[in-house]
Amino acid sequence: MTAPLLEMQGIVKQFPGVRALDGVDLDVRPGEVHCLLGQNGAGKSTLIKVLAGAHQPDEGHITWQGERISLGDPQAAMTLGIATIYQELDLVAGLTVAENIFLGREHSRFGLTRPAAANRAAAELLGRLGHPEIRSTAEVGGLSAASQQMVSIARALSQDAKLIIMDEPSAVLDNEEVERLFGVIRDLTAHDVAVVYISHRLEEIRQIGDRITVLKDGRTVSTGLPARDTPTREVITLMTGRTIEYVFPPRRTRPHTDEAPLLDVQGLALRGRFSNVSFAVRPGEVVGLAGLVGSGRSEILETIYGARKATAGTVHLAGRRLRSGDVGAVVAAGIGLAPEERKSQALLLDDSVYRNITISSLGRFARGGFLSGGAEKAAARAQTESLDVRPADVTRIVRTLSGGNQQKVVLARWLLRDCKVLLLDEPTRGVDVGARSEIYALIRDLADRGVAVVVVSSEIPEVLGLADRVLVVADGAVVAEAGADELDEHRVLDLVMEGTAAHAAGPVGTQSEGDVA
Amino acid sequence: MSEGATTTRDTVPAPTSGGNGGKVGLMAGPVGRNLGLVIALAILCIVGVITAGDRFADIDNVLTILRLASVIGVVSIGMTFVIIGGGIDLSVGALVALSSVWATTLATQQIAEDTHWIVMVVTALLVGAGAGLINGVVIAYGKLVAFIATLAMLAAARGLAEIISNRRTQIVQDREFLDFFAGDVLGIPTLVIIFALVAVAGWVLLNRTTFGRRTFAVGGNAEAARLAGIRVQRHTVKLYVLSGVACGIAAVMLMARTTTGSSTHGTLYELDAIAAVVIGGTLLLGGRGTIVGTVVGVLIFTTLNNVFTLNNLSSSAQAVAKGVIIVLAVLLQMRLATGEGRVRNTKSLVGGSGSAPGGPGGPSGGGSATPGAPAGARPGGSGDLPT
Repeated sequence: MTAPLLEMQGIVKQFPGVRALDGVDLDVRPGEVHCLLGQNGAGKSTLIKVLAGAHQPDEGHITWQGERISLGDPQAAMTLGIATIYQELDLVAGLTVAENIFLGREHSRFGLTRPAAANRAAAELLGRLGHPEIRSTAEVGGLSAASQQMVSIARALSQDAKLIIMDEPSAVLDNEEVERLFGVIRDLTAHDVAVVYISHRLEEIRQIGDRITVLKDGRTVSTGLPARDTPTREVITLMTGRTIEYVFPPRRTRPHTDEAPLLDVQGLALRGRFSNVSFAVRPGEVVGLAGLVGSGRSEILETIYGARKATAGTVHLAGRRLRSGDVGAVVAAGIGLAPEERKSQALLLDDSVYRNITISSLGRFARGGFLSGGAEKAAARAQTESLDVRPADVTRIVRTLSGGNQQKVVLARWLLRDCKVLLLDEPTRGVDVGARSEIYALIRDLADRGVAVVVVSSEIPEVLGLADRVLVVADGAVVAEAGADELDEHRVLDLVMEGTAAHAAGPVGTQSEGDVA
Repeated sequence: MSEGATTTRDTVPAPTSGGNGGKVGLMAGPVGRNLGLVIALAILCIVGVITAGDRFADIDNVLTILRLASVIGVVSIGMTFVIIGGGIDLSVGALVALSSVWATTLATQQIAEDTHWIVMVVTALLVGAGAGLINGVVIAYGKLVAFIATLAMLAAARGLAEIISNRRTQIVQDREFLDFFAGDVLGIPTLVIIFALVAVAGWVLLNRTTFGRRTFAVGGNAEAARLAGIRVQRHTVKLYVLSGVACGIAAVMLMARTTTGSSTHGTLYELDAIAAVVIGGTLLLGGRGTIVGTVVGVLIFTTLNNVFTLNNLSSSAQAVAKGVIIVLAVLLQMRLATGEGRVRNTKSLVGGSGSAPGGPGGPSGGGSATPGAPAGARPGGSGDLPT
């Protein structure tokens, strides 16, 4: 067995409020394609940034070719031969291909800038990658995403990279381009360059990968799995399953079939994302949407909420039709959303807890537009106390709270508004494992108070444990609907994979097919 | 899967920034930040007294400073709202010119003479509001970058002012108008009183109303504000209308001070106003700022001009000093912000309290070691959590 090129052990990275990495192990051998799998928020991006020298780990150590190293900055990683190709390509659009490839190293290589030599060297690199059609004098901004990716890879090669990290390179490519990318990767590995390959698409990993490491909740849950013959079910279970058993709050015993639905979605569609989604939620009911990333589950929530304008279908709240694409009207009608990207979509991070809570109910604290700060704080305090937001100080800046407490602040905002319907997108994303049960209990408690709740989660056990009824979403369509107690994790996985396969077989778009997690 | 056996824990997550580290006193913050500015102003005054003696400390001179500060001050109050709301308004100077010209045309003055001079005031305010409305609609609904939209308005409004006035200075004929605005109440010039009223109204609007709160939200995180149910586009329009109205008020004040309406009024006001707002501690990216800071910022620049003039220094030297002050003030602010963050981070390890001393390195001169940090100072170095 060859000695590992790179070994990471017990990497811990702490951010204010959450442990993004909590003990990650990874070893990469020369010339292998090592696939990194994990759901959004599992810690992949943070791990890549640690490897690229952009983040410094708080604990753990990294060994490179047998030597203990520390990557103080991106330059250090580059010098060692670790190159990263980010999802958002970091190329300068206005410069030529050759200029981009040798950006920052023009002089050391060629003395004075010698465009002709640079162009020749760039052409040679691109030729080696099997892409001689990319002209080295072309402006990068005018190239296709696939070609830009090749330029990034050429840049990595020009730096004599021994390890290239590719962050979801296939996300922007069509099938044929992916095939060509794989050709390049095979060529690289044949020359003993190792590749850390990140993708959500399992079939790609089967095709190109040698070994798999699965991350979950910032930890390595499995490392060194053979990429070709680990059963799909096992891989998905590793990603979506629970490493820790959670106690879910008990459901109300009776189903709520007798009551009129509070939220009624009929034939909702958003072009290119999902179509013909119909379901109803009664007061006190929790409906879960289970599905993989890219299945359209988040978009369904956002469309109901009015953050996206539906191309077809209707949403009724307590019998009243809601105008599509008008968040203000939807909020006024009594729907609240706790979005997936809490920090960028929900919170005013540098503002205090109470201001974040009252922002959607300002009218209540205002007389003639004038706010009563005291009443605001008192009302916010009542919420934070009942939700047990810690520390119990409503003037604290939200940025300094942990993920779980930030989520509680978002929930408090909607509780204060007396929302009738709550839409929760990945409610425990970025929430420390320990605090999740609290969030679960809270959601159930809300339902018991008569709120209709819709939960989206990529963790199937979470949906099954939390919801009364589950809708399985695959490739923009609801493929099954059943009571949560009629389903188990395996059944949902089967439905997800069937639904995805059924669509993948058809002439549907290539973007989301076969995504996992 | 070594963790697999762990049972459910309902514990609080390990505290990351302990103690009171995260609590930046909302009361102490703005005061602390403005304290630095007030000290800078005080130093300027001391310099004024030392170099110009009684000529500076004279009550008439002080009133002159205040009178000069009042016009640009009103514009800066409007600008403060726009900038906190995440925008910028480059057209303010041109709007002052356009409003002053429109309010002093022969036709307007004729109507004013027939009815009441208030017609001129209303005209100026309406012109400002209308132009602000155009700014706002183009930016909020046309999705044009504020910089470009208001730059276009700057050019267009001044051009229109030239067309209307035929490039001539229009004299204000109405005696009553001039008597009212150029006069004083209990020895305090009306202009200064107007500035004070606008500042107080601005402070109340920003800090005590839903409008002000939404302004902070829209500027701080527009997407979060939108998803919280705030009508961000509508609010953006209101902000530019507000700025336009402030320009209208400033135009009236300038008409009274100069007894004219002219297409050259308010030249470069946009830069003076932005400078005052920025050294007043308002974040150019939006989401944070104070009215008090802006007022003190305006006073600093006006006092500076005055001290230089009293010492017979050229306006060119003033301009240089102004540039230096802008850079120093903003550098100092950043120092204080990151210094606080650093202190907070280290303190949090030992669970210390949040009231940190001033930044490292002992900031000198106008800044002073300011206790209390700008509200919501970002922790130095540590970025957002990546997802």
